[in-house]
Amino acid sequence: MIPAPAFLANPERFMAFSRWAAPALGVIAVVLALVGLWLGWSAPPDYQQGETVRIMFIHVPAAIMAMFVYACLGVASFLALVYRHVLADCAAQSAAVLGTGFTGLALVTGSLWGRPMWGAWWVWDARLTSVLVLFLFYVAYLSLRASIDDETKGSRAAAILALVGLINLPIVHFSVYWWNSLHQGSSMFTPGALAPVYAWPLYVMLLAYLAGFGSLWLVRIRGEVWRRRAEAAALRAARG
Amino acid sequence: MAPIPDLSAGKYGAYIWPAYAITAAVFAILIAGALGHARRWKKKAEEATRK
Repeated sequence: MIPAPAFLANPERFMAFSRWAAPALGVIAVVLALVGLWLGWSAPPDYQQGETVRIMFIHVPAAIMAMFVYACLGVASFLALVYRHVLADCAAQSAAVLGTGFTGLALVTGSLWGRPMWGAWWVWDARLTSVLVLFLFYVAYLSLRASIDDETKGSRAAAILALVGLINLPIVHFSVYWWNSLHQGSSMFTPGALAPVYAWPLYVMLLAYLAGFGSLWLVRIRGEVWRRRAEAAALRAARG
Repeated sequence: MAPIPDLSAGKYGAYIWPAYAITAAVFAILIAGALGHARRWKKKAEEATRK
């Protein structure tokens, strides 16, 4: 059996860890975001895209987080499904809420960037369409959980759906290479593809989004642990 | 000396500022949602265990 991280298997240890880790990550996220925004707005306009390049500093991290959070949802769903870890189920549910936000942000900010650059708010391009499918997987996961009264059955069905949706992640990533696309290819992790004056604010903003997600994820999981404790106590009281 | 941010978004301001405003709004909703959810259930869990 694959040993799960100790904090995933032990709610008490997780609650002790997240009590200080959540606010610490929150502070780190705010500081990094302020630095990233300062650097981003200090960069000169791009020679091709002009001032719209500033949308990159909020759009690209949101798009990367949309995929990263779905990967977290997939891992947590796997652990919840196979090992029946309650905390893993809490983590999956919490990740889905946050991932929906990041994916929605990637779509909306991308649309606001696309209109002045491509002349269209939306095109049925492989990258845009696969990210829309990712958004629909998040919505379907949350809807499926909410639609089944028995929470255990609901979480198992949603976990299976989350695992099926993992197949969309490589499609999102490689869509710009597999099909003709208006969307540019990956430049963030390609050496030399971005001038340092744009790359640095982008890296700092990505770290800010990562820290922000970490903080909010821990807070949401803590809330889920308390919800289940409250409901378990109410059930015990009702049984007398 | 640190560079000074230039907040004049020029003719593209109609796209850039809404993108930043929507990002700020979504983060505000995610933060308020997460903190509200945690506070509400912490209170209920404490009440339930006291009974």
